[in-house]
Amino acid sequence: MNPLQFFAASRLVVVAGKGGVGKTTVTAVMARAAAECGLRVLVVEVEGKPDLAGLLGDADFTESTKAGYQAQRLVSDLGPDSNGSIELCHLTSERALIEYLDQHGFRRVSKRLASSGILNVVSTAAPGIGDLLILGKVKQIERAGTYDLLLLDGPAAGHAISFLQSASGLLDAAKVGPIQAQAKDVVEMLADPARCQVVLVTLAEATPVNELVETAFALEDRVGVALGPVVVDAVDGGCELDEAIAATMGVATLAAAEFRNRRRVVQQAQIARLAVELPLPSLQLPLLLTASVTPADIVRLAEKFIVSINEMVG
Amino acid sequence: MSLTELIDESAVIVCSGSGGVGKTTIAAVIAIEAAKRGRRSVVVTIDPARRLADALGLDNLTNEPQVVAIPGSPASFSALMLDTAATFDELVHRYSVDSTQAEKILANRFYRNVTGALSGTQEYMAAEKLFALHHDERFDLVVVDTPPTRNALDFLDAPGRLTRFLDHRIYRALTTPTRLGLKIANVAAQTVLKTIGRIVGGDVIADVIAFFQAFEGMEGGFKQRATEVIELLHSDTTHFVLVASPRSDTITEACFFADRLNEQGLRVSGVVVNRLYPLFAETSGAAETPDTSDSPTTTSSDAATSARGAPKRTTDASEQALRDNLTELRGVAAEERAVLAPLLAVAPIAALAEIPLLDHDIHDLEGLGIIGGHLLVDVTRV
Repeated sequence: MNPLQFFAASRLVVVAGKGGVGKTTVTAVMARAAAECGLRVLVVEVEGKPDLAGLLGDADFTESTKAGYQAQRLVSDLGPDSNGSIELCHLTSERALIEYLDQHGFRRVSKRLASSGILNVVSTAAPGIGDLLILGKVKQIERAGTYDLLLLDGPAAGHAISFLQSASGLLDAAKVGPIQAQAKDVVEMLADPARCQVVLVTLAEATPVNELVETAFALEDRVGVALGPVVVDAVDGGCELDEAIAATMGVATLAAAEFRNRRRVVQQAQIARLAVELPLPSLQLPLLLTASVTPADIVRLAEKFIVSINEMVG
Repeated sequence: MSLTELIDESAVIVCSGSGGVGKTTIAAVIAIEAAKRGRRSVVVTIDPARRLADALGLDNLTNEPQVVAIPGSPASFSALMLDTAATFDELVHRYSVDSTQAEKILANRFYRNVTGALSGTQEYMAAEKLFALHHDERFDLVVVDTPPTRNALDFLDAPGRLTRFLDHRIYRALTTPTRLGLKIANVAAQTVLKTIGRIVGGDVIADVIAFFQAFEGMEGGFKQRATEVIELLHSDTTHFVLVASPRSDTITEACFFADRLNEQGLRVSGVVVNRLYPLFAETSGAAETPDTSDSPTTTSSDAATSARGAPKRTTDASEQALRDNLTELRGVAAEERAVLAPLLAVAPIAALAEIPLLDHDIHDLEGLGIIGGHLLVDVTRV
């Protein structure tokens, strides 16, 4: 598939997956790859997520800078000729609520409501309202058309389902009023494959694969959102092993090669199972043998990601 | 204190860490090893993953403890999965004045939202369950797996948070509307509620008011209980074990948690680092990885051909690939041990255990036993 065509499939892509599978890394890789294809990308972080700024910053980055509610352009080395860009914003439901109230004629009370910790009370009374406010803000950005691609680094684990379900849930609960209107718009956006799709991320391991399959069916059945390709992160390519040669090179050399190959066999079994249980195209990112992912790693992975898209039959 | 001593002497072990680090597995392994050593242990998991139940040989985990036999050992332990709503219902029954009050609350829509959507409720119910099991004579060690919230300290804060929620001045004003001194507060509260009602709909507010009116008289019991739960979490026989994977981002989160515990006068007693690459030392060879006789096997040459499908290369190239692989693996193994340093620094008295990345799947109690073998080896801090 042509990478540009791939990234143009829908304007909003929600990246979701179990904690620890590399969701944030994949979000950064997709942002980088899309920007290299010349797209204007906005990465959206939601509450409680680790910062993406560090991963998408300068190649010699030292400390991650904190992303704000307003989008800011990230320093990147896409080159002067590139039309692409990456911006980042960090959305919180508190800020989205204040902005929403301000825009809907409640300016007088908005600060007081927010400062009295009332959001916790309101969100208990109407579950999902915080999530809806964030999605409403995302929808507003999507409609404005300033960006070619919005990448939302979604909430971890099973929360992705309740996060995306918030709108349809509130549509049932609130029969009238501004929340109802907001929910209706968000439901419309989620149901339109040309506007929104979900990319699920997993590791080639039993538990994450199980959870991914369950999440995929729940998202289709309960949210009605389109699913993009699955991304399998950290795939071990194994190590070529000629036993006769290895035998002359010491026990550690042989053990290390055998270890990689056994890991590969275990992973391939899970990738094969995923293909059977979930009929979606999949993209793979190679395993990085590192304890800390750097911006340079993201650049390398983005190249591999584009290769993987080119090879994908879509 | 070593991890073995912790397992022998604690009354409560709380496993914390960010999502995906293997907290649930480690909690189960601690309970199993404790049982093998003669403790009457029970593990509370909040993870609905069916896989743990499968590994334990159970059809399903429920909100009540189920006994699990350990193969090759006369010992057994118990396991249960937290059901937040059912646990909250039990509390309502316990502290309601009569069954009418309990039923009124249980039927309220806002109450159902509290059990499902109020942030911190799951954490509070995990703490509540822990407290109940601690006082259950069948058990002398409760191992609990905390919810995978970013801020794992919610677990400590949650009991207090719920009582603060119930104490919210708006509700205080609502539930005592006739008292003279509160009249002004009440007017302010009504204004705020009316505003919320205009946004989310009036029914929602009616539910809230009905809930707090029904709840009246129960706050005392809830508060008392929350105080007792907090005391248990701070007791000398309660120990915190941090589970982390050897990656800089999860180590940063684990450090944050350790700092917050220290601030509260609590200590991290154990650090379990999960899924480390083996060291591949020249002398021990594969001894760093456990026996894999039960793992899916393949001959190495099969793996090599299927790995790349590439034509056979020259001896030099093959040697180089093998050498590079060993260098890379040793490099990542060393790097992983180095990123742990900040965590060990903020958890100065914690025992350290290292669980290697395994080259086969864990899918049964025997597999959990392999992890247990690694857990009880105290690693010397560098």
